[in-house]
Amino acid sequence: MIIEHPLLGPRDAQEFVYLGDASLIDRPDGMAEDSVECFHDYLYLRSNPAGLHRELWFHEGGDRSWLVVTRDTVTHEIVKVELAADVARQRGRCR
Amino acid sequence: MAYSAFRIALEAIRGHAGWSPVWRDATPRAEYDVIVIGGGGHGLATAYYLAKAFGVARVAVLEKGWLGGGNVGRNTTIIRSNYLLDANEPFYEFSLKLWEGLSRELNYNAMVSQRGVLNLYHSDAQRDAFVRRGNAMLLHGADAELLDTEGVRELAPFLNFENARFPVKGGLLQRRGGTARHDAVAWGYARGASRLGIDIVQNCEVTGFRLKEGRCVGVETTRGPIAARTVGCAVAGSSSRLMGLAGLRLPLESHVLQAFVTEGLKPCVPGVITFGAGHFYVSQSDKGGLVFGGDIDGYNSYAQRGNLPVVEDVCEGGMALMPMIGRAKVLRMWGGNVDMSMDGSPIIDRTPVDGLFLNGGWCYGGFKATPASGWCFAHLLATGEPHPLAARYRLGRFLTGDLIDEKGMGAQPNLH
Ligand SMILES: Cc1cc2nc3c(=O)[nH]c(=O)nc-3n(C[C@H](O)[C@H](O)[C@H](O)COP(=O)(O)OP(=O)(O)OC[C@H]3O[C@@H](n4cnc5c(N)ncnc54)[C@H](O)[C@@H]3O)c2cc1C
Repeated sequence: MIIEHPLLGPRDAQEFVYLGDASLIDRPDGMAEDSVECFHDYLYLRSNPAGLHRELWFHEGGDRSWLVVTRDTVTHEIVKVELAADVARQRGRCR
Repeated sequence: MAYSAFRIALEAIRGHAGWSPVWRDATPRAEYDVIVIGGGGHGLATAYYLAKAFGVARVAVLEKGWLGGGNVGRNTTIIRSNYLLDANEPFYEFSLKLWEGLSRELNYNAMVSQRGVLNLYHSDAQRDAFVRRGNAMLLHGADAELLDTEGVRELAPFLNFENARFPVKGGLLQRRGGTARHDAVAWGYARGASRLGIDIVQNCEVTGFRLKEGRCVGVETTRGPIAARTVGCAVAGSSSRLMGLAGLRLPLESHVLQAFVTEGLKPCVPGVITFGAGHFYVSQSDKGGLVFGGDIDGYNSYAQRGNLPVVEDVCEGGMALMPMIGRAKVLRMWGGNVDMSMDGSPIIDRTPVDGLFLNGGWCYGGFKATPASGWCFAHLLATGEPHPLAARYRLGRFLTGDLIDEKGMGAQPNLH
């Protein structure tokens, strides 16, 4: 698979480490009342869709940036690649 | 029709005109006592033991494609019970014992071949870990032998013992482990279940669940609705998709695992051999092909096919361990959709929806579990209670912290 890195252009997926569902960006509040349940859901439960999946890839063998890749899990086709930092900021995180 | 040597002789005389189909391809009825979703090894074994061991015979197995088209027909057929943890070893040893009597039990040749499973170690630390695992196996009544370099050399002289980085220091051998014919396991259980009156329905995809006051009372399928008070799901890599239809999110990711077969060679690999320092394991099929594989590709996938980097990685592992295979040509390669659980261990449990049960999370190692998984799931479906041997395979263990991290890894090694 070739990942269109937003800064570096097309890169072989082999240069990356895969982490999984991009919802991992939304880390729950550890101080909340229901944090035990929230962290259980966050850590262990997955939507695991057949079809488009937003997922985190880390460019370990490259510029060490985190990317959010939108990929079809049935065909392996990659339809969109964003910098995870941009996605996180859009979602209201400071970085 | 029972199979026997006499029967073969008789059919030979009659020009083989008397054989009948191995199982009945049923059309679904409107209602059953139990519906098992998924006609893979686990679903078929569950149905068989429901009728055989628990006296529940108004059962249907619903399969969306053809029998054996899933992982049961795609795996590398290794059976063994060489686990460390108390939650696992008794279960897998029970499974191995069922394997040992399976062909007779089913009156169908599952080609169970106890040619031995040898896990190699390459360092002192690894040897210590294997000693511990071997002792745990012995304590649970399984067999285990620790071999030194010479012991391994006797079994497999062709290994690269002097590998500069990963010399072969010895291995943990389970002689009762080995291989079985994957398709025959599916067909044998299907035949056994069908003979006990169970309906095996192919080309029947479950597309939804019928819920009434929070209880499962049946399923929607591509061949119409079917009612049942008890519904068990055994759909391996499709577990998240199917349970999503009932509104559940599971601690699973679906990944692709690849396997490879070479051209037929003369007998050279005595049993199953696993490399302890890379992702490579190999056995030789009865037709002579080397059957080998390695790690999952490592990203979510439902494609049932993988990519080339893992092919390279697996072949590199093979060349590091046994350079003699370098000239063998790979004839076929394929992928299967495996349900990776977050701690690498399976789930056989109730779900938050009454009447709906889950058998899944088998990762890349559920073939060996087929008989015991079928037995324990049948127990759960028939009695509503977990079987003692599968009592720790709970869906809620991630919340309570009772993880079963046999190898310290699930879908992602960094989860622990
Ligand atoms: C390449 C590879 C190598 C492996 N090697 C080994 C090994 O050496 N040893 C070992 O122990 N394990 C091994 N495994 C793992 C093992 O194959 C699986 O864990 C096991 O087969 C899964 O259980 P099953 O047989 O019931 O799955 P499957 O055969 O996949 O059965 C699930 C069935 O459910 C059906 N289904 C899905 N959705 C629906 C629906 N909505 N409605 C109706 N039906 C549906 C599917 O069509 C499928 O037939 C390997 C797996 C792979 C892919």
